Formats: sequence, C-alpha cells, structure tokens
Amino acid sequence: MYPSDYRYTKEHEWVKVSGDTGTIGITDYAQHELGDVVFVELPDVGAKLKTGDVFGTIESVKAVSEIYAPVSGDVVETNAALSATPESVNSDPHGAAWLIKIKLANPAEVSGLMDAAAYQAFVSEKEASA
Amino acid sequence: MTAPTTTQLRKTALNVEHRRLKAKMVDFGGWDMPVEYSGILSEHMATRTAAGLFDVSHMGEIEVFGEEALALVQHVTCNDASKLATGQAHYSGLMTAQGTFVDDLLVHKISDRHYFLCVNAGNQDQDFEHIVANNHTSAQVENAGGRYSQLAIQGPKALGILQGLTDVPLDSIEYYHFTFGDVDGVDCLIARTGYTGEDGFEIYFVPEHCGKLWADLINAGSEEGMVPCGLGARNTLRLEASMCLYGHEIDDTTTPWEAGLSWICKPNKGEFLGREALLRQKEKGVDRVLVGFEMRDRMIARDGCAVWAAGKQIGRVTSGSPAPFLKKNIGMAYVPPELKAAGTEIAIEIRGHQAPALIVPMPFYKRTK
Repeated sequence: MYPSDYRYTKEHEWVKVSGDTGTIGITDYAQHELGDVVFVELPDVGAKLKTGDVFGTIESVKAVSEIYAPVSGDVVETNAALSATPESVNSDPHGAAWLIKIKLANPAEVSGLMDAAAYQAFVSEKEASA
Repeated sequence: MTAPTTTQLRKTALNVEHRRLKAKMVDFGGWDMPVEYSGILSEHMATRTAAGLFDVSHMGEIEVFGEEALALVQHVTCNDASKLATGQAHYSGLMTAQGTFVDDLLVHKISDRHYFLCVNAGNQDQDFEHIVANNHTSAQVENAGGRYSQLAIQGPKALGILQGLTDVPLDSIEYYHFTFGDVDGVDCLIARTGYTGEDGFEIYFVPEHCGKLWADLINAGSEEGMVPCGLGARNTLRLEASMCLYGHEIDDTTTPWEAGLSWICKPNKGEFLGREALLRQKEKGVDRVLVGFEMRDRMIARDGCAVWAAGKQIGRVTSGSPAPFLKKNIGMAYVPPELKAAGTEIAIEIRGHQAPALIVPMPFYKRTK
C-alpha cells in the first residue's frame, strides 16, 4: 500500500527523493480521512519552506486541512493538474496527485522520517483505536 | 465538560448497520451518526439524479393530544396550524416570547385532537420542556422520540422505489401531505416531505422494524442508483435548496422576518408566544436579513467566516460549503438590509484573504418538477 521508497510523517505527508529533489504529497490514509477533495491551495514556486511550515491547504467538502512541510527546501514546481482535478488526491494520492517538488535544503532530514513499514504500523494503530 | 465517548452517544436502531457499511461516524448533537458512506459528492449527486436513503431516526417527535391540541400548537408556533387539513403538514417555528426560534419543525395534523411534531435531534428535550412550560390548555404533550424511527427517501426516483414496497398510491399524496399505511409489512406514517429540495418521502414507524425496512429499501433502490446518504450530503443538499439549519441560520436570537421566513409567520392568526415582539419588529424594520451568496473564485466560504462589504465587516457566514450539483461554492449570511440586493458584491474573509462573492437570489437550487 505505502510505496517502500517514500518516507512519511505523522501528519500523513510523504516525500520521494530523487537526487536533491523531493516530491511531496499526502498519504492514502490522509485522503480517506478528508473525504472528497474539492480544492487544493499550493505555494508559489520559489517559496522557502522550513520543516513544519504550513505550505498549503487541501479542502474537502466538509473540512479544510493544512499541509506541513516534511522537510526543508525551496519550491521548484507545483502540480498544476490539481486545479482542474482536485479529486485525484482521493484516487491517486501517492502518484498523480503529488503536491509540490522542492530542492532539498538538507537531504539528511529525510532519513529522520518514517519508512513505509513504520508508517503502516503507525496508521494501523490509529485505525484500531478509532 | 469532556465530550461523551462513543459508548455514551445515543444511537439509532441502525447504528450497527452504518458501521457495517463502513460509514464515517460523527457525534451529531449527542448522537453517533453517519457523515458519509461512499462520499459526500456521490451521495449528493445520487439524491439529485436518482435517490438517496437517509437514517434520520435521531430527529425528535413530540405529540400533542386532546380537545385543545390545536390551541396549544397555535400558542407555541408562528405558522397558522388552523389552516392544516387532516393529513396535511407545514413548516413552522417554535417561538420564544421574543419572537425568536426555540427550534424549527414540521407540524402534522393527524386529527382535530392529535398533532404530530417533528423537531431537531439536538433540541428534542428543550422543545418538549418549552411546550410543557407554555401549556395553559388541557392538551397533553408527549416526548415521543424514543417511539419512532424515521427514514427519508429523497430524489426523482424515490417515489418509484418506495412504491415497490407499498400498496398505498404514493402519487396521490400531495407535497406536504401524509397518510398512514403499510410499507413492507410495517405500519408507517408516510409523509411527502423532506430536507433536500427533491421530491421524496419521510416515513415514521416503530424502531423494531428499522433494520428490515432499511435493508429492503436498499435492495429495492440498488438498481435505480439509490445509495445510503449521511449527514454530510444532508447538509450540502439542504444548503443548495436554501433551507435553514437550526444553530446556523436560525436560533434564539433570530426572528422569522430576519431569516426570510415571513411565509411561515402569521401574526394575523391570533395570539401566540412572541407575536407582540414580532409585530414590533415588523413595524420598526429588521436590522439584518439572511441572504445567499456565491463565491466568484475557487475559494470556499465556511461557517463562521467574516463577511465584508465597503471595507467593513458586516456579518458572518451562517453556512458555507461547496454546492456539488451546482458546481459552485455557496453560503448564507446575515447582512444589513440595505446590502441585501442580488448582485451586491461582498467579500468573505478566508485565511486572511478577502475572497470576492456575489449576493444571489435564493433558492440556489430548485428542482425542475
């Protein structure tokens, strides 16, 4: 379920690293919690993010959810397709519905995040206690 | 005070079924209720194009009996119940002495000596206390919520689906009328009412039959595209249809004149609780009016967002949400009367931005037949 080459946060974001670029999105668990996504607000290219900064919002019919930078970096690209098809966050949260790509300020930060197995365990525990 | 745990929340007879269907559950006014099953958007669209089935058993029922039943109903509500024929229902307000809302409700006339009131889930007990406290007649009042389950079948295909389970000729029940009959072997009050803006029915019956009725309705409707719908779609549907929600557009600080509900407020019917205050306000004029608005861009107004016009904050959004059928973002708010005209430009404060919006006529959505 959760790609083994991604890293994950407790706030349900994922990062996929390719060289010094990190692609960031939200996880399947997060999209399921949100419900039908209707609007995504992303930062401008060039925005400088520190770990934990709110970099955008994902809105479902009922709720507004802030998205937090899992690692630090400068935004180099945002997913323009999400404007027309925000619902892809629900249907393909780990793939087509990536949110932003950043130039990693400090690639070592990624290793501090959960791997797929740890995230799966984290999520399973949440679901069990729901 | 800490929030009740799930085990302390009240449950309808279908609670296990909602969980079996993997509905997302929420605490709604102390009830453990389904917010969505397949998703709010698909449930909303199904109700507008086929049918939706709603467990609304959390709603309250209050019964008024006796020779003076009408007198009591007239005294505590603002609409004119003397105009109801047997088998007819109307939308009304339960009023305070200030002419504001204790609740909104449906009043059904079962007979000259028996009125059946459907009230909001969260207000059931307060409404009952209020009616009892203001009962200066010989009428008896019963808090009957525990005696009824209620299901709503709404949408263009609702009648056809329900007809498959009853010999009662449903098409002969006019809008906002009701009858008693057998549905799927269960005695029901069958009302052509609803909270979605679509045609449809609300049926009331004893809770022990709830599981069977639900299962048979789901079965009957599955080939017609009917889906179970939760409170999320119930809210987006009523908002599109510009229907008020207690605690949002109406509460104990708002009057029918302010809320655009003068059509249910009949001071000419004679004395009732709040009548004097309402006549005074009618004379003086209101200082705020409920309007509907549409967002101009992609941003979504939410409940409680500040509303701005001409550089000043003029109110707050009472209900704001995407409108799935209309494919717009809409909302309602109270504004000063001089700004109420359709076409007036306003701004909604969303996360520090002033998002442009336009006042539009209500209802946002009206069904075509």
